[in-house]
Amino acid sequence: MTLIEILASACLAVGVFFFFAGTVGLLRFPDVHSRLHALTKADNLGLAFIVLGAGIHFGDVMIAAKLALVWFLAVFAAGAAAQLVARAALRTGDEP
Amino acid sequence: MSLVFDIALCALILGVAAMALLGRGLFASLAFFIVYGLLIALAWLSLNAIDVALAEAAIGAGVTGVLLIGAWQALNAQSALDPDPVAHWITRVFAGLGCLAIGGLLALAILAMPGGTGLTTEVIDTQGQLDLGNSVTAVLLGFRAYDTLLESIVLLAALVAVWSLTPQGLWGGIPGPRHRTRPDGVMASFGRLLPPAGLIAGVYLVWAGSDAPGGAFQAGTVLAAAWILAVLAGLQDEPEVTSPLLRAALLIGPALFLLVGAVGAGFGGFLAYPEGFEKPVILAIEYALALSIAATLALLVAGPPRRPGGAR
Amino acid sequence: MTPSLLYALTGAGLIALGLYGFVTRSHLIRRVLAFNVIGSGVFLVFGALGHEGGITDPVPQALIITGIVVALSLTAFAAAMIARYAEDGGGGLDPDAEDAG
Repeated sequence: MTLIEILASACLAVGVFFFFAGTVGLLRFPDVHSRLHALTKADNLGLAFIVLGAGIHFGDVMIAAKLALVWFLAVFAAGAAAQLVARAALRTGDEP
Repeated sequence: MSLVFDIALCALILGVAAMALLGRGLFASLAFFIVYGLLIALAWLSLNAIDVALAEAAIGAGVTGVLLIGAWQALNAQSALDPDPVAHWITRVFAGLGCLAIGGLLALAILAMPGGTGLTTEVIDTQGQLDLGNSVTAVLLGFRAYDTLLESIVLLAALVAVWSLTPQGLWGGIPGPRHRTRPDGVMASFGRLLPPAGLIAGVYLVWAGSDAPGGAFQAGTVLAAAWILAVLAGLQDEPEVTSPLLRAALLIGPALFLLVGAVGAGFGGFLAYPEGFEKPVILAIEYALALSIAATLALLVAGPPRRPGGAR
Repeated sequence: MTPSLLYALTGAGLIALGLYGFVTRSHLIRRVLAFNVIGSGVFLVFGALGHEGGITDPVPQALIITGIVVALSLTAFAAAMIARYAEDGGGGLDPDAEDAG
């Protein structure tokens, strides 16, 4: 295993950990708002580490840039969707 | 990818499919179905069929999911979601036995299939004549262009069928509800920022599709998503179904395809491309098709007209 | 077990599962869902059997993309019919409910 491979694997492992934490939060937290909090924060960070790990693994600037774009769009969409879900939950009377 | 990954993915696909089909809540089932589509896209990726993976993720999971959620909403608005009955246990037992038999016979047939090389080498050997690097695009627009032409017409026919469900007196109206959002709100900013990115991604997917995974169908779906998002954000209303501009956008792809086919008849056969100009002609058809597919998909999602048009 | 065989057998499993769902759950939306699952199972059998030595035969790939679009066209028409049926007061979606009412 080269240093690059170790670094990439470590990033992927950290990413998987954050996804795991986010999923536990989604399943265990009591109401919509705290679940959203767990899901968006932890999963976006998890995706960032996985993108970083994949970028290191491929070692190509173009691929890394495309991956970073994917991450940016996913974070953007997740943020907007979380806002909309939270507002819909407030409207239907689900208190934070 | 390793076999362990493949086995885990297949188990997950079967489990999620079971949840989507047999789970308790209908909305949860729809959510599972969207996840199922994405997992199937991963399976295609694992089989190195990247064009199919893109189509499945965009069309199979994305647009189909949106359509079914739309049907769910329509039922919910009429309080007609229930009942969601489960068949009697005798039916379930016999259905289970029958489906087990069918699955088992299919598996036996699959195991008994003789190995063969298929048409891969033939396609790769001849696609150079079309100056295309992507074998799937070569098949779609070169060797099996008939299928693709008829497929674009099937999509159009589906839109005509959906429009035929227009309620009395609303023909010529506007599909779907009018979406209004706060101009400085999250949805409006989201709807302003993403469609331009979708436009670039759509054009890129057609361009890249001749030599790398991509193509008119995947691109059309991305463009349709940008359209739907702009409508949902309240930035743009759907056009009236009788609008000439809309009709032109819907028809340009199949019409250009048919025209090229008819001209090709003079060169030695319907859909024979003029020698030396295969690639530019194919690219022109693909761009026109992507536009028509985008318009058709966006309007399929919007459904039949619901509001009177402005001209009345 | 090659990946080709594994995915083809998964496709067969999806066809059986989809048929079971189609027969035992009669809600219209579930029927459309089951139709889509059966369809993707057929595509998976077709595509996976054309997979050899790391490449999937481009001819099935192109035909599957065509199939995905045709399945979508049918789903769109079915979804519009379900919506219209509900708006016209089509009553419950349980086919047996009519006898009771």
